[in-house]
Amino acid sequence: MYWAGFKALISHWRRHKVQLAGLILGLMLATAFWTGVQAINAQARQSYAQAASLMGQDQLAQIVAIDGQNFPQEEYIALRRAGWQVSPILQGRWRHQDSYVNVMGIDPVTAPPVGPTGLGQMSELVSFITPPGVGMAASQTVARLAGVPGLPALQVSPDVVGGLVLTDIGIAQDLLGAEHQITRLIVVTPGTTPLPEGLRMRPAAQDSELTRLTDSFHLNLTAFGFLSFAVGLLIVHSAVGLGFEQRRVLFRTLRALGLPLRALVVLLLSEVAVIALCAGVFGVVLGYGLAAVLLPDVAATLSGLYGAPVSGGLSLSPVWWLGGIAVALLGALAAAGQSLWRLVRLPVLAPAQPRAWARASARSLWWQFGAACVLMVAALGLAVWGQGLSAGFMTLAALLLGAALVLPGFLYAVTGAAQRLSRGVGAQWFWADTRQQLPGMSLALMALTLALAANIGVGTMVGSFRLVFTGWLDQRLASELYISARTKEEAAHLRSWLQGKVDATLPIWGVEVPLDGVQTQIYGMQDHATYRDHWPILKGDADLWDRLAKGDSTLINEQFARRTGLEPGQTVTLPKGHQLRIVAVYSDYGNPQQQMIIANDLLTDLYPQVSRLRYALRVPPDRVAALADALINEFGLPPAHVSQQDQIKAYSTEVFERTFSVTAALNVLTLGVAAMAILLSLLTLSIIRLPQLAPVWAVGLTRQQLAVLELLRALALAGFSTVLALPVGLLLGWVLLAVVNVAAFGWQLPMTVFPTDWVRLGGLALLAAAVAAAWPAWRLASMSPARLVGVFAHER
Amino acid sequence: MNAKLLVIFLLWSLPAFGQGFAGLGASGEGFAQPQRGTLFTFPKDHAAHPEFRIEWWYLTANLQDAQGRDYGVQWTLFRTALAPTTGAGWSDPQLWMGHAAVTTSQTHRSAERLARGGIGQAGVSGAPFEAFIDDWQMAGPDLSDLSVRANAPDFSYDLKLKSEGPLVFHGDQGYSQKSDRGQASYYYAQPGYCVDGVLIIDGEETDVHGQAWLDREWSSQPLAPDQLGWDWFSLHLEDGRKLMVFRLRHDGGGHYLSGSLISQDGQVTTLNHETIVMTPLQNTPAPSRWSLRLPDHGIDLKVTALNPDSWMDTFVRYWEGPVRAEGTHDARGYLEMTGY
Repeated sequence: MYWAGFKALISHWRRHKVQLAGLILGLMLATAFWTGVQAINAQARQSYAQAASLMGQDQLAQIVAIDGQNFPQEEYIALRRAGWQVSPILQGRWRHQDSYVNVMGIDPVTAPPVGPTGLGQMSELVSFITPPGVGMAASQTVARLAGVPGLPALQVSPDVVGGLVLTDIGIAQDLLGAEHQITRLIVVTPGTTPLPEGLRMRPAAQDSELTRLTDSFHLNLTAFGFLSFAVGLLIVHSAVGLGFEQRRVLFRTLRALGLPLRALVVLLLSEVAVIALCAGVFGVVLGYGLAAVLLPDVAATLSGLYGAPVSGGLSLSPVWWLGGIAVALLGALAAAGQSLWRLVRLPVLAPAQPRAWARASARSLWWQFGAACVLMVAALGLAVWGQGLSAGFMTLAALLLGAALVLPGFLYAVTGAAQRLSRGVGAQWFWADTRQQLPGMSLALMALTLALAANIGVGTMVGSFRLVFTGWLDQRLASELYISARTKEEAAHLRSWLQGKVDATLPIWGVEVPLDGVQTQIYGMQDHATYRDHWPILKGDADLWDRLAKGDSTLINEQFARRTGLEPGQTVTLPKGHQLRIVAVYSDYGNPQQQMIIANDLLTDLYPQVSRLRYALRVPPDRVAALADALINEFGLPPAHVSQQDQIKAYSTEVFERTFSVTAALNVLTLGVAAMAILLSLLTLSIIRLPQLAPVWAVGLTRQQLAVLELLRALALAGFSTVLALPVGLLLGWVLLAVVNVAAFGWQLPMTVFPTDWVRLGGLALLAAAVAAAWPAWRLASMSPARLVGVFAHER
Repeated sequence: MNAKLLVIFLLWSLPAFGQGFAGLGASGEGFAQPQRGTLFTFPKDHAAHPEFRIEWWYLTANLQDAQGRDYGVQWTLFRTALAPTTGAGWSDPQLWMGHAAVTTSQTHRSAERLARGGIGQAGVSGAPFEAFIDDWQMAGPDLSDLSVRANAPDFSYDLKLKSEGPLVFHGDQGYSQKSDRGQASYYYAQPGYCVDGVLIIDGEETDVHGQAWLDREWSSQPLAPDQLGWDWFSLHLEDGRKLMVFRLRHDGGGHYLSGSLISQDGQVTTLNHETIVMTPLQNTPAPSRWSLRLPDHGIDLKVTALNPDSWMDTFVRYWEGPVRAEGTHDARGYLEMTGY
C-alpha cells in the first residue's frame, strides 16, 4: 500500500518534469547561494587564523612601530645586541601590473621554531636564503602567479596561507623596495632593557585583528547570500505548492482508498527529502563553483582594504557537504511546510478543485497585506532606533519581506483598476484573466521584485559611494607626491635635498595610541593651504584651521565621531592627559580605524619619538614625473617609496570597485534566479490554464493571439512589479547608505539617485519576463487544436 | 620547518650531511684551502676569513671560586660560509653560531645563538678585536686583553682575560694537518690567559679566577671523509707548560693523533702518533676518564671529567667540559668529544 501510494505520488513528477526541474533548480540555487557565501566566509576566516598563526604570531608577542609603519633594521640589530631574542618580519604588498600578492619576509635563522614546513631539506634552506631566493606559497597562489616576472621561484607549501608569498627577509626587502626595513619583530625571549622610543610591544593576539576588521564585510556578504537563498526558496515554495495542489485529487483518492493521513504525510515528507537530497548535492557543487568564481575578487578586496591575505582557492570539506545538504533539506521542508499543513487539515472528502487553492490565496491577500504593513513599520522602527549592523540587516530583511508580501495586493489593485478602466470584452477578459493568474504567479513576481529592489538598492549605494569617494579622493590626495625615507638620516638628507625643488614638503607623521581601549591613529598636520583648501571636512567651526594650528584643537574622523558620539565643541583627552577641543569632523573612507589630527608641532612635542619618515610633496603638475624620477635615480629612494597621486588614486579606485564587485555579481545572479522563477510559474500555469483558455479559443481568438496576450501579460506583471520594486529599492539604498554603512564602516554617505540605471533595470526585468514567457507562449501558439478541444471532454 | 635545526645542519654539513662529524668531512670545493707555509698577519688574521668554509673562536676557561670549587666556562663563535664570499645585508652568505656553557661538578648549562652575516648581528673584527653574536661578545683592545660575556636564561658570565705568553702555532707553523690524506686547517691558540670575573648561575653571583685557552681555527675541509669525530684535550699543567692533543677517529680504526706540548716560554714541540698514547678508560661512547701518556716527555696522566654529563644541549650535540688530571703532573683543562 505504502509503496503503491509512493509510486502514485511520485508519478506526478514524471508527468510534470518541468515542475520537478523547477523544484530541484530552486533548491539547488538556494543551496548554492547559501553554501557559496558560507564557503567564502569560511575560507577567509580560515585564512585569517592561518595568517595569525604563521610564525607563531598568535602565541608570541610582537614589537611594532608606534605609528604602525615599517621601522629601520638598525632597531632590530640594536635589540638583538641588547639581549632581546627577536626575529624580524617584513610584510607588504608586491605588485606587477595586474598581479599582486602579499609578501612576508622572515629570517629563518632567528625565527621561532614554529611555522610552515616545506624547508625540509637543508639545500632548500640554502636556496631560500640565497638570492634570488625561494617564495613559499599555497598551491593556488603559485598557480595564480605562474609566469609573473620579478618574483623568486615559487614553491608550494601547504602551510602558507593563500594570497601570501613567504620568502627570506632579504629577498622580501628587495621585492618590496624596503631595504633595511622591518615591519615587526616576533619576541622569542624578551630582553631586560627598555624598548627604544618609537617601538611598542603588542601582546600575542589569539583573536586576529583581521577578524575584527573584516567582520562587517563578511556580514555584508552573508546578508546578500541570505537574500539570494530566500529568493531561491520562493521558487521551491511555488513549485512544491503547485505540486501539492495538482495532486489534491490524488491525495483524496489515496485517502479514500484507506491510506492513513499520517502515512500520506510521511510519504510526502520522504518525497521532499529525496528531492532535497539530490538538489542539495548539486547545490553544493554549484555553490562551490560560485565561491570559486567569486573568491578571487573577495580575496583582492580583503587584501586591498585590510591587507588580509586570503586564499584564492577553496577546500571542499565533508562538513561543507553535510551543511549544504542540510540547508537544502531544511529549506525544502520550510518551503513545503505550508502545503503539508494544509494537507493535514484537509478533510478526506474536501472538494478537490485546483481553484480552491487560488481562492484560498485570494483570502490570504488581506493577512499578507496586514503582515506587510507590520513589517514596513518594523523596518521603519529599526531604521530609526536600531543599533548596529544586525539591526541594519534586520531593517533590510523587514523591508524586503514587507515589499514581497505587499506585492500580490498591489498587483490585484492594479489589475483590478486596469480591468475597470478597459473597454471591450477582450481587454476586460485579459485583465480578469491576469488577476486570475496572480496566485500562481505571485511568488515568482515576488522573487523578481526582491531581485529588482536589491539591484536598485545596491546600485544606488555603490553609485552614491563612488561619486562621493571619487570626490573625496581628490580632496584627500591633494599633494602630488608621497614619499617615505628609510631612516632618520635619510629623511633629514631628503628634506635638504628637496629644498627649492618643491613648493612644500608636508610631513605625514603619526602615532598609534590606545584611546579608551581603542587603537587610535594620531597624525600631525602642518598648517598649509593644501589642507585648508582641500581637506574633506564634514562639519566644523569656521576658524578650524587657525584653531588647529594653535595647538589646542583637533580634527577627528567620522568613524571616531560616530563611535564615541563626540561632536565639534567637545573635548578629547589624550593618554598623557592632554585635552584637545574638537573643531571638525572629516570623512575618512576606507580607513577601518579611528583617527585624529593635531598640529604637527603638538605631535612632536607629545611624541618626540614619532617616526619622521613620510612626506607629502607639493609640486607643479608638470614637474611631478621628473621629480619622482629624480628621487629614485638621483637621490636613491627605492621606487616603492615614491608614490604619485594618480597611482594612489587608481589603486584606491580599484580597491573600491572590487569591494562591490561581489555584491554586484550576487545581484545579477539573483535577477537571473527571479527570471527562472517566472519561467517555471508560467510553464506550470500554462498547463493548468488550458481549461480557461479553451473557451476563449472556442469563441474565436486564435492561438497566436492568445500567445501574444500571454506574452503581454507577463510583461505587464513584470512591469508592475518593477514599479513596486523602485521605491523599495530606493528605500533599500537609503538603509544601506545611512544605516548599514554607518554600522559596518563608520561613515555615512549622501544618497544620489541614478534614473538611467532604473530604466536599464526595468528593461532588463521586462526582457527577463519576455524571455521567460516566450517558451510557454510558443507552446500555446503551436498547440494542436485537438488538445484545446480535448479540454471540454476532460473537464473535471 | 624547524629552521634552527636546519641551520645547524647547514652550518656543519655543506654540501652533504653524513660525512665525518656534522659533515666536517665534506669537500670544500670553491673555498680556499689552507696552504703549508702561509704566514699569519695580525691582527688581520684574528678576524674572519670568509673565503674559508669554517672558522671558530673557541674559548675554554677553568675557574675556581673562593672556596676552591671548580667551574668550566665555554664561549665559542662559529662561522660557516654558504659561499666563499661576503655580501651586503641579508644576501651575505656567512652564517654565525654562538655556543656558551657553564659547567660545575653537578650541572652543565649551555646556550646557543644563531645569526646571519651582513646585517651586523654577528661578526668578528681584528682591530680592535671584537667577536660577537647578539649580546654575547669577546672583545678587547686586542687578543691579549679581552672581556668575555654571555647571557642565557639560567646563567651568565662576565670575564676579564689577560694573556701572559705569546700566541702558539700548532702543527707546522700553524698549518695543522688532520689526516694522512692532507686535510688540514690553520690553527693557532692563546693558551695562557689569566681570568678574573663573575659567574651568575640561577641568579647567584660568584667571583671566580683561573686560566683560559683560546683556539683559533679555520679551514674548508678539516676532516677526511672517513673521520667520524674527534677527542681533543687542552691542559694547563701545574708546572706552567700547556698540552694540546687530539685524535681524529677513523671509522675503520687507526686514529690520527696530533698535538703540541708548549713550554713556559711558548716554545712548541709538535706531537704525533709516535709520541702520544691516548686511551679511554671507559668502554662507553664519550668516555669521561682517559689515560694520556707522552713517554718521550715523561708525562703520564689520568684525566677525569669534572662533570661526566657535559653534553652541549645544542642542536648538534657534542661533549665539552672541564677536566682534571693527576699522575706525573696535576693539571686542569678541557675535553671535547664529538661524533659520538
